[in-house]
Amino acid sequence: MRRTPGALAAAALLALVLLVLPLVALLLRTPWTRLPELLGQERVRDALLLSLRCSLGALALSVLLGVPLAWLLARSRFPGRRLLRGLVTVPLVLPPVVGGVALLLAFGRRGLLGPLLVQGGAVPAFTSYGVVLAETFVALPFLVLTVEGALAGLDPRHEETAGTLGARPLRVFLTVTLPLVGPSVAAGAALAWARALGEFGATITFAGSLPGTTQTLPLSVYALLAEDPPAAYALSAVLLVVSVGLVLALRTRLPR
Amino acid sequence: MKRLLAALLLVAACSCGGQDEQQRLTVFAAASLSESFPALGALYEKAHPETDVVFSFAGSQSLVAQVLQGAPADVLVTADEATVQAAAGELAGAPVVLARNRLALITEPGNPLGLRALDDLARPDVQVVLAGPTVPVGRAARAALEKAGVSVEPVSEEPDVKAVVQRVRLGEADAGIAYATDLAAAKGEVDGVALPGVSNTCSGGVLRSSEQPGAAGAFLDLARSPEGQRLLESYGFLPPA
Repeated sequence: MRRTPGALAAAALLALVLLVLPLVALLLRTPWTRLPELLGQERVRDALLLSLRCSLGALALSVLLGVPLAWLLARSRFPGRRLLRGLVTVPLVLPPVVGGVALLLAFGRRGLLGPLLVQGGAVPAFTSYGVVLAETFVALPFLVLTVEGALAGLDPRHEETAGTLGARPLRVFLTVTLPLVGPSVAAGAALAWARALGEFGATITFAGSLPGTTQTLPLSVYALLAEDPPAAYALSAVLLVVSVGLVLALRTRLPR
Repeated sequence: MKRLLAALLLVAACSCGGQDEQQRLTVFAAASLSESFPALGALYEKAHPETDVVFSFAGSQSLVAQVLQGAPADVLVTADEATVQAAAGELAGAPVVLARNRLALITEPGNPLGLRALDDLARPDVQVVLAGPTVPVGRAARAALEKAGVSVEPVSEEPDVKAVVQRVRLGEADAGIAYATDLAAAKGEVDGVALPGVSNTCSGGVLRSSEQPGAAGAFLDLARSPEGQRLLESYGFLPPA
């Protein structure tokens, strides 16, 4: 093994401390013995279930809409494609609260589509659908970019062969392309789900915060921190464990 | 490479702000004081030019949680008795009452749904936002609703009173319960009526961890002085009982 310069090692160590110490502190303060009782509280259980439902909804939407978008970006040639790809990445770096404001201006009662939504009786603000919408907004790009990268790196000959054998494009996509990029779809889905599960800013801004309806785990942690800190630590620990589980799953199950 | 490193370090150092010798008085204040306290701060700075007063406004329950976690502040002013009592262990003395406040029913401009009293909030076509049950204004609103025998299912529970006003101002909700002072502050952007009866008291104290308890105490004294009281009154607050 080569010797690491001392200055680099020190900086690297500092970085590790910065990243790991807060997580250790959280685990140390988590009231493990009270965990069953805390997680059994109706409000906490509601938040857990709501988070699960909404994040899975956002995941499903992300896959259903994201894979076709990734395909469009990777396979089609049309003017403005690069601009479009840039736009898709914006929610990745946009502060989530800004995303929430933007969603409000688009889908809120007074938003761009507000009158239409009011007429249709489907205003998403303050509903669980609003949460799904906000979570999809932030999660979708993770899936699109992951899958698009895989599609771009795919050897086109498989698809061409299937095409010359007479398969229609949609059939080629479903039976050849999709299985080939399956692992990347799974990886993108895991990232998208994690992002949706952790969503805070866009959700509280766009969908509000009501226990059982729009108060997901992160919102609940935020509210509980002022009311019942041990319960907030317990919920945080749950989210941390889920995140670690996801990281492990991504490392072991998927090709590098 | 070295230069890059130096530049990065410089950025890191600057971004945390090296202060000059100006003294900094940090005041944690309830969201309902967002308009009046900056004016009070300006008054204080005029009398003490060597001091910068900086504010952190949030729901009282959040401020108390931050203080209990050791947030560095000099003064804490919350919007009700329960929150200030929750922080009593961190205060240098008994909390003092600075002002009192009334609740107000907040509606959209022009009050298109004709909401005039608490009963109207129970109508099924009215989307109501309240502050959360541990936020002072949320607690007071629930007490007032209960006293009036009105049952309301809010569509959202907001973390502070300003967020309640904001939902109504943006038209996302039809009505909310905030303070009379918030109604006055958002005049023109929302309508509403003040509800009878005093609901909450704004009280505060100097934090034990303050490194400048003298200046912190002087700020609270200013708030209670005739000049400070006149200023608070001009924002719609009632004098301490």
